Amino acid sequence: MSFILHSKNRTLTVKVMGELDLATANNFRETTDRAIDEIMGLNLIIDLAKVTFIDSSGLGVILGRFRKIRAKGGQMILVGLSANIKRILELSGILSFIPVCSSEADAWKQIEKKSFKGA
Amino acid sequence: MDKIVKNKIILHFMSRGENVALSRVTIAALASQLELTLNDLEEIKVATSEAVSNAIIHGYQNSPDGMVKLTGILYDDELVIEVADEGIGIEDIQQALQPAFSTDPERMGLGFVFMQSFMDEVKVDSRVSHGTTVTMRKRIGSAGAKNKAVS
Repeated sequence: MSFILHSKNRTLTVKVMGELDLATANNFRETTDRAIDEIMGLNLIIDLAKVTFIDSSGLGVILGRFRKIRAKGGQMILVGLSANIKRILELSGILSFIPVCSSEADAWKQIEKKSFKGA
Repeated sequence: MDKIVKNKIILHFMSRGENVALSRVTIAALASQLELTLNDLEEIKVATSEAVSNAIIHGYQNSPDGMVKLTGILYDDELVIEVADEGIGIEDIQQALQPAFSTDPERMGLGFVFMQSFMDEVKVDSRVSHGTTVTMRKRIGSAGAKNKAVS
């Protein structure tokens, strides 16, 4: 499991690579939370394109980050859902309330639009 | 009449998170000896992951010192996966099987939902202070049966 982190204007992008399960969930949670704190982040984009496996431990971290971001009034968007990962996410029900974009560029557009409206 | 066992594996491992991947890869390697689609294999991996994660998180309360026993049995028409721990056990199995029942706010309580969605049958045997055994069955579709009839 590895991550590429990138931030701009209080928005953090996390590209996750590898398998998201019980063994890696804590690392994913801590890495993301620390990076958000460091940039005083408001919004979060999680790119799952390079995730090869996810189960409920991984979904729990995604849900937990969503709750934290929402509680601060920020936006969280998922991008890069492969067919397999999407099926698991759909079954879990979290796609009914966590927004998904087809690309990182679209996610940025959505965040900028909402931030502008809110300003 | 007892069914003929085509293949069987038993794996004993410490209740460490790292072993969740080991268990699902082992079961997937066994299951791939049957006529299964890639989707089926993915689902079997998720179900195995959930059962083993439950044993570690709930059975052994995240202590790495417990032992988990994973059994995989291949029949002509069925894959049976058994995950057994000697942990604290489940007091109320019906409650544990409910979606969104979780003892931890960062978890979704979806473990059993995934197991039940992805496998044809999920059975839970548990005794408080003795441990829990989850038995999951995946029947092999009609395609597998046809191939067998031809060969």
